[in-house]
Amino acid sequence: MSWTLALPILVPFVTAALAFLLRNRRGSGWISVAGAVVSLVLAIRLLLAVLEHGVVATQMSAWAAPFGITLVADYLGAAMVLITAIIGLAVAVWAMAEVGQTSARLGWHGLFQTLIGGVTGAFLTGDLFNLYVWFEVLLISSFVLLVIGGRKKAIDGAVKYVTLNLISTVLFLCAAGLTYGATGTLNMADLRAAVSAHPDQGLMTVIAMMFMIGFGLKAAVFPLFFWLPASYHTPHYAVSAVFAGLLTKVGVYALIRVFTLIFVGDQGYTHEILLWVACLTMLTGVLGAAAQSDFRKILSFHIISQIGYMVLGLALMTPLAVMGGVFYLLHHIIVKANLFLIAGVSRRLTGSSDLYVIGGLYRSAPLLAALFLIPAFSLAGFPPLSGFWAKYVLVKASLDLGQGLVAFVALLTGLLTIYSMTKIWAEAFWKAHPDQRQPALSAIPTRARWLLLSPIIALAAMTVLIGLIPEPFVTFATTGAEQLLDPSAYIATVLGGDAP
Amino acid sequence: METVVALLSGLLTAAAVWLMLSGNLLRFLFGLLLLSNAVNLAIFAAGRLTEGAPPLLGADGALPGHEMANSLPQALLLTAIVIGFGLFAFALGLTIRAYRSFGHLEIDRMRLAEPEEGEK
Repeated sequence: MSWTLALPILVPFVTAALAFLLRNRRGSGWISVAGAVVSLVLAIRLLLAVLEHGVVATQMSAWAAPFGITLVADYLGAAMVLITAIIGLAVAVWAMAEVGQTSARLGWHGLFQTLIGGVTGAFLTGDLFNLYVWFEVLLISSFVLLVIGGRKKAIDGAVKYVTLNLISTVLFLCAAGLTYGATGTLNMADLRAAVSAHPDQGLMTVIAMMFMIGFGLKAAVFPLFFWLPASYHTPHYAVSAVFAGLLTKVGVYALIRVFTLIFVGDQGYTHEILLWVACLTMLTGVLGAAAQSDFRKILSFHIISQIGYMVLGLALMTPLAVMGGVFYLLHHIIVKANLFLIAGVSRRLTGSSDLYVIGGLYRSAPLLAALFLIPAFSLAGFPPLSGFWAKYVLVKASLDLGQGLVAFVALLTGLLTIYSMTKIWAEAFWKAHPDQRQPALSAIPTRARWLLLSPIIALAAMTVLIGLIPEPFVTFATTGAEQLLDPSAYIATVLGGDAP
Repeated sequence: METVVALLSGLLTAAAVWLMLSGNLLRFLFGLLLLSNAVNLAIFAAGRLTEGAPPLLGADGALPGHEMANSLPQALLLTAIVIGFGLFAFALGLTIRAYRSFGHLEIDRMRLAEPEEGEK
């Protein structure tokens, strides 16, 4: 058994246990930060292994595939693990200044690490039922994180989040069970051959649709997104940053995995639906955001519209489009988590997230204003930031296929995104504060200020870096997309025994 | 036997949908409980039902001559039941908190996080 694949999952859980045991001590958050640093190192190690071998796989307890549980990382999986570790570290540091002693005593840091562990597990597993288990791990910790502190508004948001996510879970479980009943295997690599060899392809498409609805609910695509804008603006800012960055993307990842690896038999049907879903998701998300006047609510609706771009990459299914989807996924996680962190600092300085009662940040906190512009413009797709390349590739891929309407929707969504970002800029940063408050960054104690700002600066630097030197990232995403569209290496590694 | 289980699963699903659409949080949760049991039954049936056939191999590891039960769906079910139980316990706790906070369980009236136009 190779530890390269197992350790990135184990470390967050060990950290969670330690943080939970020592939750009453002051500074229990440092355990979480230390664990996140170790996770980051392990994730880089995994990525290097994947760069060297293409795909790495290991069988848990040495039960040969397809009978045991497989852990496997290809380019996409390893990149997702790395980005999870990056966001995990950024939010763990940020949370040191933001999560109070009361929440820490309730086990906030431990739960946060459990969530990160669950997300990492979902990205690394090669077994469909195991994926369900990881979904449950991250779901239950996200439930508790959502309501910790117990404000009325958070309870209200949690009711919708919990109920709709439970339905998606039941659907996923049912689909996994039926898949097993029909094919006799749950190993994802083994399933590809088993599904395409099944005599009743209609039945396979039915099961595929159940997966699409189950994962679609998790990914918050049209018309299944209602839980997201109902809940993401209610919890701690640190919680909503990690939710916004990672959780819906687990759904997108699962969609990409299942619809490139397993259910590719009837693409005329499944991917056509995904294409429509992608376009409608982009439009509804961005239009919903235009109607909002709360910092976090605007950002929440933008998560939905951005999910549309990623699903679009999957729906078009050409090498260029899937590459665009993968690139978008990676770029978006950094940008979105960063915007929520900035919203948190803005809330701390101005006292509210309602755009009509705050303002003056440009004059009193110019550093924060500059830091906001980077992810905001990247989200809208301004060159030379990371979002520009992601959008450019997807639009080009749609035009190559003659899908002019799709390209138009993608461009229109980008344009309307600028509208929302301008609104936040004008209301929160540009105009004077209605109560003449001067919300300066220096009002925050020095230690807390650096804990809050350093993750934001680091994430913004990554956005700029990807934008200025896109070449290695594009090459990486291209190889990742090739692996997704031709999973023969993935299948050979998983079924071929214990790789290094 | 499969037919009976399939019909039962369908019946439970129908009851679950009816309960979940009623607009009351507690009824919704009971609906969800029925739904997850319907799914459990479906998985159980999809793994093929056998009667009195132990999932044991012969002494030398060879397949036995008689019919064998498939133990994997049962292992999946056990996992799903345990996880479902945990989630349901949390959801019930949340319901109690919601009832204490709002004084009712009508889902349509829970608009605190998403106020309607005009009432801020």
